[in-house]
Amino acid sequence: MPFAYLLPRWLQRTLSRFFHYVLLILIVLVVVVPIVMLVFAALKTRGEVMSQPYTPPMPVRWENIQTILGGTVFWGMLRNSLVVMLVVTAGVVVICSLAAFVFARMEFKGKGWAFNLFTLGLMFPINVAILPVYFVLRQMDQAGINMIDSLLGVIVVQIAFALSGNILILRGFFTAVPAELQDAAYIDGCTVFDFFWRILLPLAKPALASVAALTMIASWNDLLVPLVVINTETLWTLPLGTMQFQGQYGQDLALVSAFVALSAIPTLIFYVFAERQIVSGLTAGAVKG
Amino acid sequence: MQSVPAIPDILKLKKASGTQRRFQDNLVIVLFLLPALILFLLFVIYPIFQSVYYSLFNWKGFGPAVDFVGLDNFKNILVDRVFLIALRNGFFIIVFSLLLQLPLSMLLAVLVGRDLPGRVFFRTIFFMPFVLSEVITALMWLFLFNPDPERGFLNAIVVLFGAKPVPWLGNTDIVLLVIFVVLTWKYFGFHMLLYLTGLQNIPTELEEAARIDGANALQSFFRITLPLLGTTIRTSVYLSVIGSIQQFILVWIMTKGGPVNASETLATYMYRFGFVRFQLGYGSAVAIYMFLICVIFSLVYQRLTRRPDYLTGL
Repeated sequence: MPFAYLLPRWLQRTLSRFFHYVLLILIVLVVVVPIVMLVFAALKTRGEVMSQPYTPPMPVRWENIQTILGGTVFWGMLRNSLVVMLVVTAGVVVICSLAAFVFARMEFKGKGWAFNLFTLGLMFPINVAILPVYFVLRQMDQAGINMIDSLLGVIVVQIAFALSGNILILRGFFTAVPAELQDAAYIDGCTVFDFFWRILLPLAKPALASVAALTMIASWNDLLVPLVVINTETLWTLPLGTMQFQGQYGQDLALVSAFVALSAIPTLIFYVFAERQIVSGLTAGAVKG
Repeated sequence: MQSVPAIPDILKLKKASGTQRRFQDNLVIVLFLLPALILFLLFVIYPIFQSVYYSLFNWKGFGPAVDFVGLDNFKNILVDRVFLIALRNGFFIIVFSLLLQLPLSMLLAVLVGRDLPGRVFFRTIFFMPFVLSEVITALMWLFLFNPDPERGFLNAIVVLFGAKPVPWLGNTDIVLLVIFVVLTWKYFGFHMLLYLTGLQNIPTELEEAARIDGANALQSFFRITLPLLGTTIRTSVYLSVIGSIQQFILVWIMTKGGPVNASETLATYMYRFGFVRFQLGYGSAVAIYMFLICVIFSLVYQRLTRRPDYLTGL
């Protein structure tokens, strides 16, 4: 602001705070309005969406929500998504903490080489790799391991592509545990496994929670892998089902909005409860490196 | 450990437990690495080699690949107009992200800052779109961008201000910009979060000292804060570029790469050939190009920025 220095200090501060808030609230609106419009549409009848599309729902109509929750389709998708998410998260946490432990705490020939191999995965995201990965799944399927059109295929691919980033995050946390602790444990007669299981993992609980939270979100939101792997309707996950639902009932905006809103609710609830873990996991991976 | 052994036994004991320990260590190394290694080699590394092989064939996916065409796929891709559009679009998204999205995120991070009352509220709201799935984001915005002002909220606003409704996703000139707006909506909160964390790691004394020495707010930001955020910015730029190169779901749901390929990205291009037209050899070659772009960018970027940050060890 020109001439701002002519004003008294306290007024300058108040003014600058005021402009901060105006700008921030503007951005809040931009973030929130699309979500609010979706919820509005979800709580109207099909006719109301046509006649008064942008007003708050008056009165609130629960019919669309009831239609979706009353059927079996939504619950089936929810179940599939849950199965995939839980197995993937358990797999990622276990497999990555094992590998990260070796990279953080053990010495062996070729360690640098092996670690670099895993970091290669960061440069090869699933969106780039999906077609080659599909070939491998198909080959395994032909060899008798049911990978195509099965949740197992989705699960292994999601785990495989979550390895690099999460090993990196966990290795950072494991390295930060002081070496004296390890020496003390060994002197007291701990085996390597004891140290890992009884000392390191309990210490790394916050890190494991972050990795779990991030993996849950990534798996829950993933569309590409199920889109490519799954055909059968009963195996659709929530994102895949949401997309297909829109394709099928696209004309009934109220019903589709209700479906989309419902499929967003689990994520938002999870976000409210796990925000700390999500935030610390992301920033640990990216800022510390 | 048992009781202290007599002196002559010490050397023997040490030696014995040493080899035992080494064996134990090796066992742990092998067993602990094995699950990760198997999954990684099978589903990340092996596919790369396999797609290199298939990219040399004209292959529709039925039976074994027999129609060997050498490097024809790679040559044909380079002269395909649509591929070049996809490449250009990727480049635009990268440039827009670096020039608009990241500075916006930085501005918001500085505004929210360290001590603004309500900072947790703002952080929570700004980060929310990042947590929502791309499917939900895409559908939500698809509704908003509906060209009919009776159905699309944005055109309702445009009409309210007396202008003509805009065919947001139907106009080849602006469709990419429109998609970029959605990308920004979804991802600015993530970058803001990185910057916020970076800001917190900078001791306030530094900025205070600069202020005392007579620097104004802008000077202190550009001379002190920004350089100290170097590592964070490097990471954020890296993630933004890699993310831009592989953009898929949002584009696929909102426009399928259209109209007339105007919003095609490398990932939608690959998906179309791989999973819609089943030209798997050609699609593999596209995947190889994308992979090369990612790897070359990563390596050059590492070299230029000199400090291994996100890719520690490379």
